[in-house]
Amino acid sequence: MTAAPAPEAPTEPMVEAVGVRKSFGRTEVLKGIDLAVRPGEVTCLIGPSGSGKSTFLRCINHLESIDGGRLSVNGHLVGYRQKGDRLHELKPREVAAKRREIGMVFQRFNLFPHLTAAQNIMHAPVLVRGESRRAAREQAAQLLERVGLAGREQHYPAQLSGGQQQRVAIARALAMKPPLMLFDEPTSALDPELVGEVLDVMKGLAGEGMTMVVVTHEMGFAREVADSVYFMDDGVVVESGTPVDLLENPRHERTRAFLSKVL
Amino acid sequence: MSSTTPTPTADAPPDRFGHAVHAEAAELETVPLRHWGRWAAAAVVVFLSAGFLWSLARNPNLEWDVVGDYLFEDFVIRGVGITLLLTVVAMVIGTIGGVLVAVMRLSSNPVLRGLSWGYTWFFRGTPLLVQIIFWGFLAALYPQLELGVPFTDITLLSADTNAVVGPMTAAILALSLNEVAYAAEIVRGGIASVDDGQDDAASALGLTRAQAMRTITLPQAMRVIVPPMGNETVTMLKSTALVSVIGGKDLLTAVQSVYAQNYQVIPLLVVAVIWYLALTSLLSVGQFFLERKYGKGHGTTASMGQRWLGRGVTR
Repeated sequence: MTAAPAPEAPTEPMVEAVGVRKSFGRTEVLKGIDLAVRPGEVTCLIGPSGSGKSTFLRCINHLESIDGGRLSVNGHLVGYRQKGDRLHELKPREVAAKRREIGMVFQRFNLFPHLTAAQNIMHAPVLVRGESRRAAREQAAQLLERVGLAGREQHYPAQLSGGQQQRVAIARALAMKPPLMLFDEPTSALDPELVGEVLDVMKGLAGEGMTMVVVTHEMGFAREVADSVYFMDDGVVVESGTPVDLLENPRHERTRAFLSKVL
Repeated sequence: MSSTTPTPTADAPPDRFGHAVHAEAAELETVPLRHWGRWAAAAVVVFLSAGFLWSLARNPNLEWDVVGDYLFEDFVIRGVGITLLLTVVAMVIGTIGGVLVAVMRLSSNPVLRGLSWGYTWFFRGTPLLVQIIFWGFLAALYPQLELGVPFTDITLLSADTNAVVGPMTAAILALSLNEVAYAAEIVRGGIASVDDGQDDAASALGLTRAQAMRTITLPQAMRVIVPPMGNETVTMLKSTALVSVIGGKDLLTAVQSVYAQNYQVIPLLVVAVIWYLALTSLLSVGQFFLERKYGKGHGTTASMGQRWLGRGVTR
C-alpha cells in the first residue's frame, strides 16, 4: 500500500482515515483503508464496483458504522468518542449534529419528491439550524442560481431532468454550508448528455476551494479536477497518487487492468 | 369505428405502384371484437336480479311501509349518530396509536420493538367480538380501578369500574385498541415502501430520526397508507354493530331494542342495512378524493368513473 501522495503540509487533514475496517456480516468490505484529504483538496476514489469505495464514503459521515481503525473529520472522530483506549459510539442525536458539517450527494439524487426544489433546499436549514423561512428562501434562490437553475424554485423533482435533480441535490447539500462535500457516483444514474452539467457545477465548487471526496467513474473529471486519486479494489487502497501519476503511470497490475477497461 | 383516413372515391386511380386495392382498403371499416358472451351473461344477470328484486318488493314479510315509517325515526337517527361517532373516534385514536406502534416497531430500541410486537400479537390475535365483551365486562375482572405502585399498598386514585367504564367507553376502548393493531401494520407497510435513500438524504443533512420520520418518511408513506385506511374505516363502520352485545346504543342496538318489543325484525334490519349502505357509500366517495390528494405527482389521476370501469391510469 502506498502512502498519501502529496508532500507533508502544515495543515491538519480535513479527512483522515487510518486502517478503517468494515464488515457486512461475515464479508469484510473495507480491509484497512488509509486516506488523508487536506482542506481545499479534491480527492477521487476510483475502482470497480464492489471495491468498497461507496461504503467507505458512507463511513465518512457515519451513514455506515466502522468496525475498526480511526476515521476523523476536522480532527474529530466520526460517530465515536474516545475514552482511554476505547471508542464509544455516539448517540444518534450527536451523530446528527456532526453530520451537519458534511454535505453529501447521492447517485440516485434522493431529492424529497413531496417537496419543491426550493423546499428541498430550505428544509434542513429551517428544521435543523433554525433559520427563518425568509432567509432560507433567499438562500435557496441564490443556490439554485449558482447551480444554473434560477427560477426553478417551484418545480417538483419529478418535473426536472436527472441532471437538474442532481444539481438541486448539490444545492441542498450546500445549503448547510458544509466545509466538506461527499459525492457518491453523482453522475452514474444520468443520461450521458446530462453528465456534463453536473460535472461543471462540481468543477465550479472545486475552483472555489471546497474540500471534496468524490467516488466516480468519470476519469476525465478525476484527471482535470482531482488533487489526488485513490484506486480501490476488494476493500483495499491498491495505490494512490496525483491524477497524472495514477492514471497515466499506474504501478500495479490491478490498476492497469482496471484503467485499460474504463479509459 | 370507421377509419379516419380521408377516403378517396371508389374509382380513384391506382397509385404509382398500380395497386388499385389501396384505394379500396382506405374505405374499409374496422370492426372491434364483439363480446357476444358478455351481452348474453349481462342479460341473464339482469333477468335473475330483476326476479330477485321483484320477489323482495312483493314479499309481504319485508313490510316496506314499516321500513318507511322507521327509516327517519328519532331513535334510528340517534343510533346512526352513535355509530358515526364510534367510527370517527375509534379511527382517530386507532390511526394515531397505529403510527406510534408502527414507529416503535421500526425503532432500534429492542424494548419498544418488543412492546409493539406484543401489542399487535394480542390485539390482532383475538376476535374483536371477544375484546368488546371483555371491555364490557371489565368490572367482573377488576371491580375497582386503582392507580398506584404495583406490588405495594400505595394507591393514588381509585374508582368503581362500572362508574368509569360504561358501555360507550368500553365500546370506544375495544374498537380503538383493536384498530391500533391493524393501523400499525398498515403504517409499517407504508413506511417500508419509502425508498431507503430518503432516509440517507435526511440523515446526511443532519436531521434527527424523529425529524426525518415526521417530515420526510411519513408524508411519503401516506400515499400507500391512505387506501387501506379507507378500507379500515368502512370495516370499522360495520364493526360498530358488534358493540350491540354490550348495549352500545349504536344503530344496530337501536333497532334491536325496538324489534325486541314489536317483533318487526326484518323491516327494522332493512332500515339498518339501508343506513349502513348509505354511510359506506359516502365513505367510498371520501376515500376517492383522499387518494387523489395523496397520489399527486404519481400519475394516479383516474376519474371516479374510470375507476369504476377498471381503467385507472397508473404510470
